[in-house]
Amino acid sequence: MLGEGILKGLAETAKNFAGSFVSEERLTTVEYPEVRLPQIENTRDFPFLVYDGNDPMAGLRCVSCQICEKECPPKCIYIIKSTDKKPDYVGKPQFYPARFDIDVSVCMSCQICVEVCPFDAIKMNTEFELSTDDRFGGLILDKHKLAKSNEYYQHIHPTEAAEVDGRLAEEKAKVEAKAKAAAEAAAAKAAAAKAAEGAAKAADRAADGASGQPSGAREGRA
Amino acid sequence: MNPGIASRVDQIFVILQHRIAELFPAVLQPWVAMILGVVGIVAVFPGIFALTTVLERKGLGRMQNRLGPNRVGPFGILQPIADAIKSLTKEDIVPRTADEVVHFLAPVVLVVAIFLGYAVLPVGRNMVLLKIDSGILFFFAIGASTELSIFMAGWSSRNKYSLLGAMRAVAQMISYEVPLLLAAVVAIMMTGSLSPTAIVRAQGGFTGFFPRWYVFTPWGFAGFVLFAIAALAETNRSPFDLPEGESELVAGYFTEYSGFKFALFFLGEYLGMMSIAGYGITLFLGGWGAPASFLEFIPSWAWFFAKLFLAIFFFIWLRGTLPRLRQDQLMNFAWKFMLPMTLLNLMVAAAWRFLGEWFGTGILAEGVRWLLCAAILAGAYVALALTLLRRQKIAARSYRYAD
Repeated sequence: MLGEGILKGLAETAKNFAGSFVSEERLTTVEYPEVRLPQIENTRDFPFLVYDGNDPMAGLRCVSCQICEKECPPKCIYIIKSTDKKPDYVGKPQFYPARFDIDVSVCMSCQICVEVCPFDAIKMNTEFELSTDDRFGGLILDKHKLAKSNEYYQHIHPTEAAEVDGRLAEEKAKVEAKAKAAAEAAAAKAAAAKAAEGAAKAADRAADGASGQPSGAREGRA
Repeated sequence: MNPGIASRVDQIFVILQHRIAELFPAVLQPWVAMILGVVGIVAVFPGIFALTTVLERKGLGRMQNRLGPNRVGPFGILQPIADAIKSLTKEDIVPRTADEVVHFLAPVVLVVAIFLGYAVLPVGRNMVLLKIDSGILFFFAIGASTELSIFMAGWSSRNKYSLLGAMRAVAQMISYEVPLLLAAVVAIMMTGSLSPTAIVRAQGGFTGFFPRWYVFTPWGFAGFVLFAIAALAETNRSPFDLPEGESELVAGYFTEYSGFKFALFFLGEYLGMMSIAGYGITLFLGGWGAPASFLEFIPSWAWFFAKLFLAIFFFIWLRGTLPRLRQDQLMNFAWKFMLPMTLLNLMVAAAWRFLGEWFGTGILAEGVRWLLCAAILAGAYVALALTLLRRQKIAARSYRYAD
């Protein structure tokens, strides 16, 4: 009948109207600033720089290789390489970024910088409340603002961070083992050299004057 | 309750107006009284408009299982103040190619015309600004002039959306003006007067405790429903909001308006809705009359505004329920359903009048008359509905010569 659908619709909206006062489950809206939904683990918006230890500037993993700067599709990263070097997490001297800026008004959150970084130094943040009253300066994040601790990274992306930490630890262990092996080899060699030196000295002493070759040359070869 | 106090409260605004006017010299008194009345209207109805905007948003939210605005003030009740500040401080942009004068005049003409409609609206016992005998005629004449301002806005903006919106609005308002008037005519016929005050007075009095409003008669009920539908279309409210259908026309005829001019259009729209609801109440719902004889101690103006809020709530309820019509559906509905029904309703009202004379006044005669008139209207409704809902056969288009 003409008008039947209208009456049915009116009944439906009336039910919603009355029901919204009675049952809380009907109201699915989350009242954002007071109530926040937990973020899913893969949430990402803008990149940040990871540092190890307590000092953000000393512990930055970034070695200023500028791969991310070159790969960034919208070119929102700006890096100035340092002239001196500082030790990285394994103690190897590396360059560090004298300046590292990301313009978040340009960034498109593609995560390419994260994918290309060979040092696991840049990761995606979940912080989204970045509004500012200064639309030029306020949206350019410098390295002080970008630096976040590894603990923070573990907190926002636990699975990914555990994987990265595992890999880094493995690498560090490998480097340390290598260093140890090298040191041991060096020590063994030194010992051998010492032994050889001792033997040579003995021989020298034995053949003193017979051979004109100085002992220093042989030592240098060893 | 002491009837003296009740009538004093009922007339409190009238007494206040007289007291203030008496402070002035005798020559100025009618003018002062008039200005006070105008100030009352200009203060009260925009106030209700402000309240309506926030209640509408909250009500619509509830109908969609949302909370609605709840940030400004307790429960978001101060939202209209924030909106007003925003619209006042916004930049007012006039398109470079627009006709500046007409573009400026359009919202002003709209709001002035709509405010004029309130001049003859009785909002309580003895509470009408202009006591003219042809008040209803005045209202419809003024109401028709809002079409002019809408077309001014659409034409002067020099924007395709504005113009299309204005064309739609004018087509729709002219189409629905006919059933609106014809639906109102039954109340005028039965009262024998064009004066809103006389129409309200004719609906006064009670049968037992039951009021004698026109809406409780078959022709009155049909007239009220038809009037309500036509009023929705006339005020461009959902589901008849094609002129400003935002999914098609950005904002229709006020696309090119910003800042306070936009707010004026918004104000005009809501004031138009309230004034037409006020006339619907006057014509069919007994105006400021109480709905039962034992409730008469409540002042008349309170009843009027209670009914007005109820009507506004109904408008919001419909907006939350119905989707927008298509242009052809809108026109078909106006000319194929509304017009025949209103014309038939005129006949039924005339029949009611003369059957009453022939049958006499016994309860049986009244009942027979009531049922007869209701049956005619219901039969016509069913017949029209069956005709309109007959499924049309849709086939591929065929051409007479090209095939």
